[in-house]
Amino acid sequence: MTLQRVKIFSRFERFWHWSQMLLIVVLLVTGFGLHGFHDIFTFEQAVTLHTAAAMVLLFLWLFATFWLFTTRSWRHFIPSLSGMWGVLRFYSFGIFKGERHPYRKAYWRKHNPLQALAYLMLKIVLFPAIWITGLIYLFYFAWRDIPDAAQWLHLVALIHTGAAFAILTFVLVHVYMLTTGHSFREHLMPMITGFDEVDLTPEEEAYLRKDQPQDIR
Amino acid sequence: MRPSIGILMPCLLLAVFAVGAQARDNWPTPPGSEGAPAQVSGPLQGGTADHAKFDELRGPFEDGRAVTRACLGCHTETGQHFMQNIHWTWSYVDPETGQQLGKRHLINNFCTNSRGNEGMCAQCHAGYGWKDEDFDFSDETRIDCLVCHETTGNYYKTPNSAGSPACSVMFEGKPPIDLAAAAQSVGLPQRANCGACHFNGGGGDNVKHGDLSTALKAPPRTLDVHMGEDGLNFACTACHVTDKHVWAGSRYRIVARDTEGTGKPGQRTDVATCESCHGLSPHPVDSLASFKLNDHVQSIACQTCHIPEFARGGVATVVDWDWRTAGKTRDGEGYHEEGYIQGNGGHRYTYKSIKGNFTYAEKLVPAYDWFDGQMHYTTIDTRFDPAAESIEINGFEGSRADPASRIWPFKRMHTWQPYDKGNGTLVYTHLWGEDDAAYWGNYDMAAAIEKGMADFGLDYSGDYGFIETISWWPITHMVAPKEQALGCGDCHTPQNSRLASVEGVYMPGRDRNRWLDIIGTLIVAGTLAGIIIHGLVRFFSPKSEHHA
Repeated sequence: MTLQRVKIFSRFERFWHWSQMLLIVVLLVTGFGLHGFHDIFTFEQAVTLHTAAAMVLLFLWLFATFWLFTTRSWRHFIPSLSGMWGVLRFYSFGIFKGERHPYRKAYWRKHNPLQALAYLMLKIVLFPAIWITGLIYLFYFAWRDIPDAAQWLHLVALIHTGAAFAILTFVLVHVYMLTTGHSFREHLMPMITGFDEVDLTPEEEAYLRKDQPQDIR
Repeated sequence: MRPSIGILMPCLLLAVFAVGAQARDNWPTPPGSEGAPAQVSGPLQGGTADHAKFDELRGPFEDGRAVTRACLGCHTETGQHFMQNIHWTWSYVDPETGQQLGKRHLINNFCTNSRGNEGMCAQCHAGYGWKDEDFDFSDETRIDCLVCHETTGNYYKTPNSAGSPACSVMFEGKPPIDLAAAAQSVGLPQRANCGACHFNGGGGDNVKHGDLSTALKAPPRTLDVHMGEDGLNFACTACHVTDKHVWAGSRYRIVARDTEGTGKPGQRTDVATCESCHGLSPHPVDSLASFKLNDHVQSIACQTCHIPEFARGGVATVVDWDWRTAGKTRDGEGYHEEGYIQGNGGHRYTYKSIKGNFTYAEKLVPAYDWFDGQMHYTTIDTRFDPAAESIEINGFEGSRADPASRIWPFKRMHTWQPYDKGNGTLVYTHLWGEDDAAYWGNYDMAAAIEKGMADFGLDYSGDYGFIETISWWPITHMVAPKEQALGCGDCHTPQNSRLASVEGVYMPGRDRNRWLDIIGTLIVAGTLAGIIIHGLVRFFSPKSEHHA
């Protein structure tokens, strides 16, 4: 096993991540504006931006999901307890003592167990909660005549807003995590250049050197 | 490849945003034209006869009825048609509630009742000579054709009976009417014709409706986008379409939610709803916001957004009337006081001995509520709890769950007016007459009610008091140009929402779950605090054995 600089985030993945970031920021800002927390935008502007950003994001997710399954990258997000304790212990204690992060990226496992679990929950709980309620909300005109539609809308709005608070919390923690371990910059660069230090098996290294030389430095 | 994707997304966002936020103040409304064109009066245009050339109308005419006889000489069926409409009958039985409505019977919270006061009130009856119960409603020669159709502007009406000398003095010294000129001038009704009565309901300019004032005789399009002389220049009948002298759009029969729209090709002629011309998707779908607006049509009456304020144009409306102070005299004579100067500079009476105190208002924000189109009137026959705090002259219902209902704007009229304290009924007050009981001239409320009730054989306890009454006036005129319509944020806002009091809906921006907001805010704030603490502990921790 040797540490090598390997391309772990493909061009599409990086595009996905950054456009998703931009869209989520737009959605959070306009969404909390619609909710009445601020009035940076008029209600009409906020609705327009919010809906447009949501549509673009759903479109992006459609591609990302397709990509995850066709490239088998979905396996990065399979939850695993192995190594979880070490990571939890690190963030609770070790980090204050200047210890090294216990997790080493592997070529087929680029997230640590805590990360993988957090992203998985984001993908299968929080995001669906917000986009499903969002679509129901958006298509209110289509179901407004069912009995008690206004009460159902209230419930939909409740879940949508609750999920928004949770996602905002995720974003805050996510960004803070970049400052841990190495430097902020070192955490950030892989998502820009695509390259990060990864523990490679001799077989993986041999394969990359031969078949994908552009992905290893 | 990479830059193209990167550019595409912001462009997409920008494009959607730009369309939605298009400047509202240069929207195309109908273009102004040079000089005011003729008022648009509905389908009957391009007449084939010049009434000024008719021998029958050469005159001279001894009175109005002589003109009517001349009219009926050619318009042979009009008399029978006309006598069906409420301008003639002043009577309407609500087909849903069975209530006997109409001016002839109802009590309002302005001058209260026309019943028994026809000598004065029936100036606005489209006929000649109704002063008491003996009026012959089957005599078509008593129809007043001129009041609606003459266009000289010199025609006027006076009370059908003398009344008290204290009042009749108001009508003395008017110039004689040139009936022949009036007869030869006839055309389709203009705003001033309808307005002669409808702009002065309740006893003065805009007193009653709030959205119908003399400012609409020659309005700019900013006051009413349809009637504006520098715009479409609609006469009333452009919308209040007429079939055999029966008009669409009576307040007694309101279509709160039109689900037919424009109907089959060609213009609908049975309703005066906005949708009958503008259709059921009135906003051109050029942005997401317009799409949402068309969706709002299901729940929001057009008037709610498109009439942001009423009693505009410089003429005030009365919002509060207090009959309790009526009857004060100076040296035994009635008097009045001016105390309000309205937008157009006109002075308004804030006190009259014959009527009491008035409160005026202009540029009013309407009251809003769900409305299914059905009014329930408190009539002379209605019994109520005499100790009730207030009585609705015309209550109404509606809800989100009712498909016929929409959120409508209303003028709320509040009045202290006389009632029968013993029986719990409203009363007919005898206001106009030559006798000693007529309130206007004698100022004796007890006697006026006694006679007002006795004349119609009504049960009266003999004990009158004053009660607070509310009447609701759906606002539908003074439609502003679209750039002045309400924006989303006028209602979708946590503070000062126009629809703050409207229940049964969840409105994003207006509504929230307080607990979710508190918990959500606490979690976000807690996370931030956790991050700060975590970061501080890291910052002050020993940075030993730094990794390679």
